[in-house]
Amino acid sequence: MANQNDGTIAGGGLWGWINARFPLDKMLKQHVTEYYAPKNINAWYLFGSLSLVVLAMQLVTGIYLTMSYKPAATEAFASVEYIMRDVDWGWLIRYLHSTGASAFFIVVYLHMFRGLMYGSYRAPRELIWIFGMLIYLALMAEGFFGYLLPWGNMSYWGAQVIVSLFGTIPVIGDTLSEWIRGDYFISDITLNRFFALHVVAIPLIMVFLVVAHLLALHEVGSGNPDGVEIKKYKDANGVPLDGMKFHPYCTVEDILALGVFLLIFCGVVFFAPALGGVFLEPPNFEIANPMQTPPHIAPVWYYTPFYAMLRAVPSFLGTQVWGVLVMFGAILIMFFLPWLDRSPVKSIRYKGWIAKVALALFAVSFVVLAYCGMQPPSGIFPLLARIFTIVYFAFFLLMPWWSRMGSFKPVPDRVTSNAH
Amino acid sequence: MLTDKLAPALATVALLAAPFATRAAEGGPSLPHAGNDIRDRASLQRGARNFMNYCSGCHSAQFVRYNRMAADLGLTEAELTANLMFTAERSSDTIKSALAADDGRKWFGNAPPDLSLIARRHGTDYLYGFLKGFYADPSRPTGVNNTVLPGTAMPHVLADLQGLQTAVYATHAAAEDAAATPEIEKLELATPGALSAEKYDSFVRDTVNFLEYIGEPVQVKRRDLGVWVMLFLLVFTGFAYLLKREYFRDIH
Repeated sequence: MANQNDGTIAGGGLWGWINARFPLDKMLKQHVTEYYAPKNINAWYLFGSLSLVVLAMQLVTGIYLTMSYKPAATEAFASVEYIMRDVDWGWLIRYLHSTGASAFFIVVYLHMFRGLMYGSYRAPRELIWIFGMLIYLALMAEGFFGYLLPWGNMSYWGAQVIVSLFGTIPVIGDTLSEWIRGDYFISDITLNRFFALHVVAIPLIMVFLVVAHLLALHEVGSGNPDGVEIKKYKDANGVPLDGMKFHPYCTVEDILALGVFLLIFCGVVFFAPALGGVFLEPPNFEIANPMQTPPHIAPVWYYTPFYAMLRAVPSFLGTQVWGVLVMFGAILIMFFLPWLDRSPVKSIRYKGWIAKVALALFAVSFVVLAYCGMQPPSGIFPLLARIFTIVYFAFFLLMPWWSRMGSFKPVPDRVTSNAH
Repeated sequence: MLTDKLAPALATVALLAAPFATRAAEGGPSLPHAGNDIRDRASLQRGARNFMNYCSGCHSAQFVRYNRMAADLGLTEAELTANLMFTAERSSDTIKSALAADDGRKWFGNAPPDLSLIARRHGTDYLYGFLKGFYADPSRPTGVNNTVLPGTAMPHVLADLQGLQTAVYATHAAAEDAAATPEIEKLELATPGALSAEKYDSFVRDTVNFLEYIGEPVQVKRRDLGVWVMLFLLVFTGFAYLLKREYFRDIH
């Protein structure tokens, strides 16, 4: 028998023994069985749990890949083919991991877009958003380091291009990119350190950030499509009137979402793992060759919006650092979203046409930039990239003004839509 | 209200569609359709024979194991060693070529590339077009050039089978700009080879089929397994839906 902090008896046996020494029961209640989520959350609220699933899958498949992968310039490419051909089920593990990388970005982008639509980043959820943005940054770093590991020709030249971006920084640029590579060019040394960062450092940081993201979420409670706080109205037991227990209600919903997600995901893994050259690029089936660039170097699709912005900015004052600044600025500006948004309401449901048009323009600019970033910089694409770089930044920089303009519908006290 | 529903829906479609957008072609001539069938075992066996007889002298397939290949193609160990293993000692060896990379560089200017992943790198249509695209060009050291890979270092090793083609140039180019490379309109068979045009096409198709197979030996098994995975997931998702519906009866 064990007395818990809240005075309830945790029961005897092993369960009680553990709970007298570790807050297992308390944590389960706080985060799972007695965590209340709003009743009116919709399908847009499923991508958080899906990204957790993808993270777990990447960790597990990553561990298995590490058992056969060799992080050496002379062996890496062959070891990936060894995994694909000679290791039992190695092909499946590798495809789950490579498709998982793209899936991770898809669910995270949809998760972030949900935040934009329903104002999930607004007070008191600013820190959840900040932690989320840090996860996104870590994810981009993770993807970048991981992309070098197969040691294909696109891996090699992609890394070469991205690392050389740091070389554009005045004065310290060359030293900095040399420090990142550990060499004068992308080499075995670079591969080794990228491997260390990809399998140890960044995953560790990511798991820590995910825990922080979830703790912050469970501290203030989940948002919802109405943008109202369910904690305002509680019954006699202190249970939010518009809440439902995370388990079993959100968990059964998440299981259904997982089924739908896996149908699409496994469709790619089993029937089109290269996805027409988008998830696995053809030049990467050729070993890294420092003497020969691929016909057209482009990063993987999930970086292309930012790559398009990089290329859209012309060089002036004899340096190309401006494009690099714009590219990193495009990501950093998202951190400030909670303070840029001055709208009196959180959710798109109660905003006027200006906010809806702005959000639609932002979504379009992101997609168009992603497409431009995949294309060679010729024809109409540089112009399109410039126009939509401006649209992208205007969305954020003008937000303090446009978010206050127009008429707003009254926000109800309680959630409006029923559980579906 | 319409924009409420429309904006997110459009954004979702756009975000999901982004990765599916096809890349711009790398340029070059339009390629004929290879039309090979990766499930046609007889074709794969013929392709393996063609590969061992005509390609493996100079090209390796260093990631492909003989015995794995034989098992996938439905060949016995005895058939494998008698017909397809020319240089390897053990059936668990990978396909190495007899040509050293240094010699390749010395003789052709280029070491012949390993062919394990050539189909994944360039696609089957490219390979099919390449093997059909040789034509006489006295300015080249090998006496031939190629429409798909101009300036290729590879000699036309299949000339005995195909015969020799010559290029028919488009007439207008020469007059406009003498310096410009004239545009090839089509290739014509000048000297016939041992095979008819149709037989040569199917010879090349079998070879390309084999190259696609060695690019990813597991691909047929992967798709077959995928069907069962999808069926399982459909059932799983169906039950997950029913479970969710049952629980949400409580939520009002």
